[in-house]
Amino acid sequence: MEAALLYDRLQFAFTITFHYLFPQLTMGLALLIVYFKTRAFWTGDSHFNDAARFWIKIFTLSFAFGVVTGIPMEFQFGTNWAKFSELTGGVIGQTLAMEGLLAFFLESSFLGVLLFGEKKLGQRVHWLASVMLFLGSWLSGYFIMATNAWMQHPVAYRIAEDGSFHLTSLWGLLTNSWLLWQYAHNMTAAAATGSFVMAGVGAFYLLSNQHTEYAKTFLRTGVTVAALASLLLLYPTGHGNAKQVFEHQPITGAAFEGLFKTERGAGLVLIGQPNMDTLTIDNPLTIPWGLSLLVYDELWAEVKGLDAFPRDQWPDNIPLLYYAYHIMAGLGTIFLGIMIPAWLLLWRGKLFKTQLVLWAILLITPFPYIATTAGWMTAELGRQPWLVYGLLRTSEGISPLVHSGNVLFTLIGFVGMYFLLGILFLFLFSETVNHGPASRQTPTDRPVEKLPS
Amino acid sequence: METFWFIVVALVLAVYIVLDGFDFGTGIIYLFVARTEEERRLTLNAIGPVWNGNEVWLITAGGLLFFAFPKAYASGFSGFYLALILVLWLLMLRGLAIELRNHLDHPLWRPIWDVTFSISSLLLAVVFGATIGNLVRGVPLNAEGYFITPFWTTFLPGPEPGILDLYTVSTGILGATVLGIHGAYYIAMKTEGDLHQRAHRFAKVGGWVLIPIILLNLFFLKNVQPILSANYSAYPIGYTIPLAAAVALGLMLYFCQKGRDQAAFLASCIFILAGIGITAWGYYPNLLISTTDQSYNLTIYNSAASAYGLQVGLIWFGIGFPLALAYTIFVYRSFWGKVTPASLHESH
Repeated sequence: MEAALLYDRLQFAFTITFHYLFPQLTMGLALLIVYFKTRAFWTGDSHFNDAARFWIKIFTLSFAFGVVTGIPMEFQFGTNWAKFSELTGGVIGQTLAMEGLLAFFLESSFLGVLLFGEKKLGQRVHWLASVMLFLGSWLSGYFIMATNAWMQHPVAYRIAEDGSFHLTSLWGLLTNSWLLWQYAHNMTAAAATGSFVMAGVGAFYLLSNQHTEYAKTFLRTGVTVAALASLLLLYPTGHGNAKQVFEHQPITGAAFEGLFKTERGAGLVLIGQPNMDTLTIDNPLTIPWGLSLLVYDELWAEVKGLDAFPRDQWPDNIPLLYYAYHIMAGLGTIFLGIMIPAWLLLWRGKLFKTQLVLWAILLITPFPYIATTAGWMTAELGRQPWLVYGLLRTSEGISPLVHSGNVLFTLIGFVGMYFLLGILFLFLFSETVNHGPASRQTPTDRPVEKLPS
Repeated sequence: METFWFIVVALVLAVYIVLDGFDFGTGIIYLFVARTEEERRLTLNAIGPVWNGNEVWLITAGGLLFFAFPKAYASGFSGFYLALILVLWLLMLRGLAIELRNHLDHPLWRPIWDVTFSISSLLLAVVFGATIGNLVRGVPLNAEGYFITPFWTTFLPGPEPGILDLYTVSTGILGATVLGIHGAYYIAMKTEGDLHQRAHRFAKVGGWVLIPIILLNLFFLKNVQPILSANYSAYPIGYTIPLAAAVALGLMLYFCQKGRDQAAFLASCIFILAGIGITAWGYYPNLLISTTDQSYNLTIYNSAASAYGLQVGLIWFGIGFPLALAYTIFVYRSFWGKVTPASLHESH
């Protein structure tokens, strides 16, 4: 059973981490594509239509990978986490079924229109399709976050005699107080990924002196949104999230910060390695009073450390949780350090000539993915050892009859399959970027209808 | 309330099989009917705008089952563990094949995805047929309502069956044949010229192959799962469904002979809907039948979510389902008509 639990957890963690690399880009790009399509629609400027068409190509690529890696997520609730599904289906079945009915149909139908319908249905419908696609993808995010928020902070339920959870208020489930900050933080992160990638492609084109007109458009839009998103990630959304963790999951909060002992005027650890034998931080670099100030707005406020809680309720991998949290927060700070100066340069009209900053924008492109992954690890490892916080342990949720040999087999299969998928995506992504936005020709034998202006 | 959601889940699943069914069918006949590069791109463009939306019906059916009958979802999905993960891998490869094929113009790139698309479609059609066979035959549920089945045991239906036995293999073949013909009608309807001719011929021949396969399945069915007939004896009105299926089958073959592809495709849709209807009518109120002890059966009553949950679900279902239908109809209307070589140059 121990081995099965480990493999079940690894498989879910691996498949969801890999899956979420794609939706974070598509949700972010959906927003930016709406902007381009709207500009093109109002001004009639075909430059923005061409820009939109290029990003729709990237969007579609990422969307395709998101769809094929997303189907296993819904299946795995049943295949690997049957007991969890049986007990909680009465609550989270609501949000997952709503996602399918209210969000997925919207997304998939209008993606078809966006891809195949520009000529056939005209610009007005094409613009509408981009808006609907944005709505669908952000709505889908909302239902998934509502599901996760309930696992983090269960509300609107009662527990029946057989241990199963039953919903007592749909409205309560959809307006879970936890959801507000978590959704805001997550969607801002998606906007960050989308805009960093857009700015990165712009910087790549400008530095290599190709498609320069598009490069400037991508940089203008990308840097502006990226700077704004980086700010919002830190404050208020990141701050709001941390505060609610300390309020409702104080053990998790203490583990984030590597705070082993309860302290008044607790410091904020910037760098250091948690030592689980001595229960201290090795080589700490600390801002004195920082943590008390951040969480309670008071220098001498008491922050509860891990020692205040029974050990069987501690998250089961504190060092990993600690690193995930610190990588997320550290990268967030670096994003500000690059995108705010970049935005100031853009504002002063000097960005396109400042090679150093363009290089920084290019090289930072993959890091929002890492920050977002670390952020999700923070949330999910922080919830351990619970599936439903405080109510249902992770070890109680796995499928009773699926043995470890089966799960190891499928885990290895997923790793192999996703390795292939990853290579394919990077290959096709670079093909698309290399091909560039200017030409209306795709790699196939299509004639050019009209020359791009 | 439980009955309502039983009908909804069965209906959404049936719509899924009708819609994604012609995608699968297109995949099954793909290598045979679409020979040139242009024909292959036309064939893929015929399903291009809709296949992804079609697959959403499956996701939604799964989501609705999870929401309304969590116990049955948990038991069924974990019981078919390996088979379902293999289905996932096939669905993934198939989706990638459709989406990635045209991303690169290289003589080695396209054939890989063409073959992947075709084989994964065929296997999925067989698997979906075999899944229905497994549900009909029953699975070895224990007292807690869980089970796990290996791929095969003795290849005979019995108290400890495997996923594949004589009966489920025959339903698998039935599934692949029905969907292959369904896809052939669709492609015949959507195309012109040689491609149209070949798809039409495929459907014509397939129609005659289908009849003995159906008879074989009916013969097995009588012996494998006798309890399915109970609802028909109790409510003989249910016999109208197999009657409708028989009429639809007849019309299918008739319209195909007459070369009326659109009518034949429509008849095929009704035939598939009625086929699922026959099973659902006999199955109710069960969600999983046990081969070991009928008292272990998972029914819509012992698997359902709470009464409040099922009621409040009506709110979003009442909004979402008409919208989903509206989007689906909108997309199909937008892309109605034949795909022509000229239309290849219009898509993105």
